[in-house]
Amino acid sequence: MKTIVHISSVSKNFGKVEALKNISFEVKEGELFGLIGPDGAGKTTLFRIINTLLLPDEGTATVLDHDVEKDYKTIRPLLGYMPGHFSLYQDLTVEENLQFFASVFGTTLEENYELVAPIYSQLEPFKNRLAGALSGGMKQKLALSCALIHKPELLLLDEPTTGVDAVSRKEFWDMLQSLKKEGITIVVSTPYMDEANLCDRVALIQEGEIMQIDEPQRIVNSFEKPLLGVKSPQTYKLLRALQQYKWTDSIHPFGEYMHYTDKRGKPNLVSLKTYLFDQGISDVQIKPVQPNIEDAFMALMHNGLEE
Amino acid sequence: MYDVAIKTEGLTRRFGDFTAVDQISFEVKKGEIFGFLGANGAGKTTAMRMLTGLLMPTEGQAEVAGFDVYKQAESIKKSIGYMSQKFSLYNDLTAEENIRFYGGVYGIGRNELPQKTDEVIDSVGLQSVRKKPVESLPLGWKQKLAFSISILHQPKVVFLDEPTGGVDPVIRRQFWEKIYEIADRGITVFVTTHYMDEAEYCDRVSIMVDGKIEALDTPKGLKQSFSCDSIEEVFIQLARSAERGQG
Repeated sequence: MKTIVHISSVSKNFGKVEALKNISFEVKEGELFGLIGPDGAGKTTLFRIINTLLLPDEGTATVLDHDVEKDYKTIRPLLGYMPGHFSLYQDLTVEENLQFFASVFGTTLEENYELVAPIYSQLEPFKNRLAGALSGGMKQKLALSCALIHKPELLLLDEPTTGVDAVSRKEFWDMLQSLKKEGITIVVSTPYMDEANLCDRVALIQEGEIMQIDEPQRIVNSFEKPLLGVKSPQTYKLLRALQQYKWTDSIHPFGEYMHYTDKRGKPNLVSLKTYLFDQGISDVQIKPVQPNIEDAFMALMHNGLEE
Repeated sequence: MYDVAIKTEGLTRRFGDFTAVDQISFEVKKGEIFGFLGANGAGKTTAMRMLTGLLMPTEGQAEVAGFDVYKQAESIKKSIGYMSQKFSLYNDLTAEENIRFYGGVYGIGRNELPQKTDEVIDSVGLQSVRKKPVESLPLGWKQKLAFSISILHQPKVVFLDEPTGGVDPVIRRQFWEKIYEIADRGITVFVTTHYMDEAEYCDRVSIMVDGKIEALDTPKGLKQSFSCDSIEEVFIQLARSAERGQG
């Protein structure tokens, strides 16, 4: 399989801030690759290096074997980039934006209509509306259409779903899955951990470093500690009690349950129940739960956050 | 004293012939954590602007912290805290300066302010960086600081507009601990979020669709009445029925 993106020992500093620290990874042809991490992790800097807008201080980066520094002119038409902030022309209409981006890359809307049709067809009823007057979900669809209009080999999407509601997020990921079927390689970043499961492989990134790269399921599997879900109607009291329990290794709220790991590895259910009862916590329910990607992420970042 | 922190009755806001908020009626009890959910464009921001005294309703009634939104908007502003992901702190001021600035705005006395400042710095754990511009802080810390500042003046109600967007998973949870803590102290929390697991941390949750409140209950109650396993499923079921938000 062809390597589309190759990042080798890349570092980037902004003054004293080390935005990227010795990052290496590869993205293969046709892959849907996720960069998963919070704001400030370095995701945008990485995108800007791949798309030739920023040079690394150290290391090398290539796109389809072209060097981001020497061959930037070759690389640019090969990729479509959707930045984190809406950056289309607000005072052009939907159709004008699309035609503009097509013309910049020497093509036309008609020529690649089929590729953008599944997304653009939802926008077409509003094609004469100014881009600035679109709703959030529609702006996002237009930005994706503009990034796709020249049929790029590689699509770079920087936090396309940040601040987007659960329904629109789902729709957006459905669109990515169909683009993947068209053979387009996609690198997408997100702070929503649950979206990791929708990628072929993910890099978990935190403070400029990659903590792990793998298939999402394998990352979850690497979380080896037995995990318990504990719940009570007295959520806050339960949390406080578990934070003070002498055998607590980690305790994190996850929706209606708290995820608990034990310092001894295997927890002692009887003593845990007794402890919570003695703390006056009512209606406690405990059950074993499967870890998810967020459990794994927090376990990996655990050491870095103790200060 | 009052037991109802927020009360609305038929609250409506129209912009021209567009009804952004359509006859919403609900009550939030003192010390409650109230989750205010809705898809983008459902009308959450407009509703929040009315409740914070920034926007006049077209019709209907609303009281916040015992004050009427039509006649006592200024009293409301003094009784509430507000924090959003978009606007929170002055980036070129230090953590300390931000606290002092907002303390001044909220009328905290000169004598009280140094002690209050130390309290906030300690509670957020910013001792080592208190004299650095907040620009240089990681987002999660900034958000925690902004939150502490929003409750500096002991408001009765605090409005949190997507406070945890983009924040790392550990800090996101620390944030919710702080929310529990202040609710325990009797501060009412009115919060919006796109993280559906966070909806489960609320005492009650409302879901807005096309300007109306389509569901309002405890997380457990919502899951039961919609026969769903999670709030996310409930949300998707309701938001899919929306007709607005396109275009």
